[in-house]
Amino acid sequence: MKRSFSRHQKLTIVNGILAIVGMIVVLQLWLLSATMNAFLGGEESVIIPALVGSVVCLALNAGLLWYIYQMERR
Amino acid sequence: MMHPSDQLSVPPDGRPYHDQPQWRNDFPIDWPQDELVARRDFTKFLVLTSFAFVVGQAWIAFENFVRKRRGAPPIRKIADLAAIPIGGAITFAYPDPHDDCILVRTAEQRFVAYSQKCTHLSCAVTPQVEKNCLQCPCHHGFFDLATGTPTAGPPRRPLPRIALQIRDGAIYATGVEVRA
Repeated sequence: MKRSFSRHQKLTIVNGILAIVGMIVVLQLWLLSATMNAFLGGEESVIIPALVGSVVCLALNAGLLWYIYQMERR
Repeated sequence: MMHPSDQLSVPPDGRPYHDQPQWRNDFPIDWPQDELVARRDFTKFLVLTSFAFVVGQAWIAFENFVRKRRGAPPIRKIADLAAIPIGGAITFAYPDPHDDCILVRTAEQRFVAYSQKCTHLSCAVTPQVEKNCLQCPCHHGFFDLATGTPTAGPPRRPLPRIALQIRDGAIYATGVEVRA
C-alpha cells in the first residue's frame, strides 16, 4: 500500500534526497576531472569504466527525482 | 496530492489542490508548500547537472575513439642538422599544423623535442638550455629539458615527447609519446 505523507514528512524526504543527489553529483565531478586528466596523459583504460560509473550515477539520480514526483502525486 | 492538513489557503474555486491545474501546484502561494517545490526544483537542476557530466564523459570517450582511429603520425622532416646550433632551438608543427612543438639541440649529437603546449593551461613553453629546463612564462611552470617532466610550478603531467630520428644530415619527427 502506498502511503500518503504530510507536507513536513515530504520536506524531510526531499531534503534527504537532495543531500544524496548532491553527493552523487560531486562524485561525478571528481570522476570527470580524473578521467580528463587520464585522457590528456594518454591513459585510456579508465575512460569506459568511468563513463559507465557516471551513467549509473545519473540513473540513481533520475530514480530519486522520479521518486519525488511520485511521492507528490500521492 | 496534498495532505488535507497541509492545505493552508483555499484556491478561488474552492476545489481541493489535487483537482487544480498543474501550474497552481507548481507556483504555490503558501510558504511551506513553496519550500518543498523549491527543493524539488533544485534537485531537478542537480539531476540535469548530472546528465551534463555524463555528456562530458561520453565526449571524452568519443575523443579517445577518434584519437585511436587516427593511427600513427607520419614521419616528417624538421630541419637540417646544420641549421640548428648547439644550444639552439627551433619550433615546428607536428603532427598537425596546429600542434606546435619545440626542438632543442643540447649537444653535438643530442636533440630533444616536445610539444610546446604547457600541460597546465597550454601556454607555449620556452627553452632555457643553460638552466637545463623549459619554462612556461604564464604561471612559472618548469620542465626538465632532458625528460620533459615537470619540476616546479602548477604543471603535473610531462610534456608530450616527439620521437626523433637523424638520417642523411637531417632530423625527422617520427611519433608523439603522450605520458601520464
